[in-house]
Amino acid sequence: MVKEFESSINEKDFILQGIKEGLRLDNRDKYDFRQIGITFGPDYGRSEVTLGNTRVLAKVSCEVTRPYQDRPAEGMITLNTELSPMAFPSVEPGRPSEEEILVSRILEKAIKRSRSIDTEGLCIVANEKVWSIRVDMHFLDHDGNIIDAACIAAISALAHFRRPDITVIGEEVTIHSIEQRNPVPLSIHHMPICVTFAFFENGEYVVVDPTLQEEQIRQGDMTMTLNVHKEICALSKAGGTPLKMETIINCSQIATTRAKWITEQIQAALDAEKSKK
Amino acid sequence: MTSNEDKMEIDHEGTELDVVLPGDPINIARKDDLKLGPGLTLTQDSVICIKAGLLKHFNKKNKWYVESNQKRYIPAEGDPVIGIVTYKGGEYYRLDIGSAHQAILPILAFPNVNKKSRPILNIGSLVYARITLANKDMEPEVACCNPKTNKDEGFGELKNGFVIKCSLRYCRRIISQETEICSLLKKLGEKHEINLAIGMNGRIWIRLKSDDTRDTIYCYDVIKRAENLDNDDISELINSLND
Repeated sequence: MVKEFESSINEKDFILQGIKEGLRLDNRDKYDFRQIGITFGPDYGRSEVTLGNTRVLAKVSCEVTRPYQDRPAEGMITLNTELSPMAFPSVEPGRPSEEEILVSRILEKAIKRSRSIDTEGLCIVANEKVWSIRVDMHFLDHDGNIIDAACIAAISALAHFRRPDITVIGEEVTIHSIEQRNPVPLSIHHMPICVTFAFFENGEYVVVDPTLQEEQIRQGDMTMTLNVHKEICALSKAGGTPLKMETIINCSQIATTRAKWITEQIQAALDAEKSKK
Repeated sequence: MTSNEDKMEIDHEGTELDVVLPGDPINIARKDDLKLGPGLTLTQDSVICIKAGLLKHFNKKNKWYVESNQKRYIPAEGDPVIGIVTYKGGEYYRLDIGSAHQAILPILAFPNVNKKSRPILNIGSLVYARITLANKDMEPEVACCNPKTNKDEGFGELKNGFVIKCSLRYCRRIISQETEICSLLKKLGEKHEINLAIGMNGRIWIRLKSDDTRDTIYCYDVIKRAENLDNDDISELINSLND
């Protein structure tokens, strides 16, 4: 399999020129986001998110395991990303690429470390049995900004997920199937939303929600993770051009409104799904 | 361009629709001077289809081919393609033309060159070239000049501009100068002076004489929008451009 070569010099020059003039290929303004679509799959805990041409599928599953010894009363959450050549031909199958590692690290910080999911509520019997929740994210189409799309997919899939109900009598644990008893939702403290910015020409030009071609020529990027309460859960900026303080404050203001809007969209999609059932 | 002789006459004998699927045997009555195009192959005595699509043929010349759509380019001799330089060597350049293997562009395949005056191409440059060798067991080869006349015939490096990526069928529709697409391009040409280079590998290079970014994006958008429209919708699109 030959690697798909990245864009030509002509294309890169053109896109950079466009950004300098405040023009983007898809007729967006520099602070415009692409259209977002959230659909929930046939079963609980599956959601597909589109962000322009970028498409991510998230699937949540659960099983009962033994807890970590240092955290006997906490459930586990595992995030797994799957970036295959289906998304973008230059991805090498098998070994995770640098980009994929970065994406999964940011998502880990955004969802796990921000304590958005109540892990203590996943405990069944302390020291013995806890729920282990696993989120698999598959990147189906890569047209830039997979972090934002994956974050929305993961958090909406977690919000849509229902785990089987259980009863505990002494040491005896009974897991009721979905047919027997209504499954229970996870308790979600808040919904962290990632907002990615791309910087060009030493941070002089800022663009939100970059496409793949814009990502190829950016000089730096920054991902902010916020929730609807205007709390910044994570901020990651792995190298790239240094930024002015005003730029970061400006970005955080954009991200705040964006996070609020996305949370409303997720909520609306969840409500629409609920009324269907 | 299209002379009357070359006008297609679709043969309706046997089937009502000329949809063929891989493995279908093709009945060809005349065997004299038979020419098979893409999507058809000859096994011993019979012609077999190897692609899903519409079976078409030129009645007068006994040429047969399957019209289909795909995104992955398979090199064919004589096709004009747009490639991106990925490697610079002493004897040749390597171009990414979107096919399974990269194409080789020998340094001597330019007009008026010798070993001392080589063309200057950098990694990432865009090149418009014609495929001179397409063999399924070998790397494809391209050239930027006609060896008979030693002229570039419009091929060579493409400077500035932008690339539209589209399906192979859309490229074929533009290059065969379908009337609707022609009038769409003419409509765009009224306002802007456009240079187009159409590669059969699903890449269209566009450059406006003014090099204005806004206008280029506008033309890019219109050409891209017409990709998935049929002729009636393209006429509608042309009308909407009037406003």
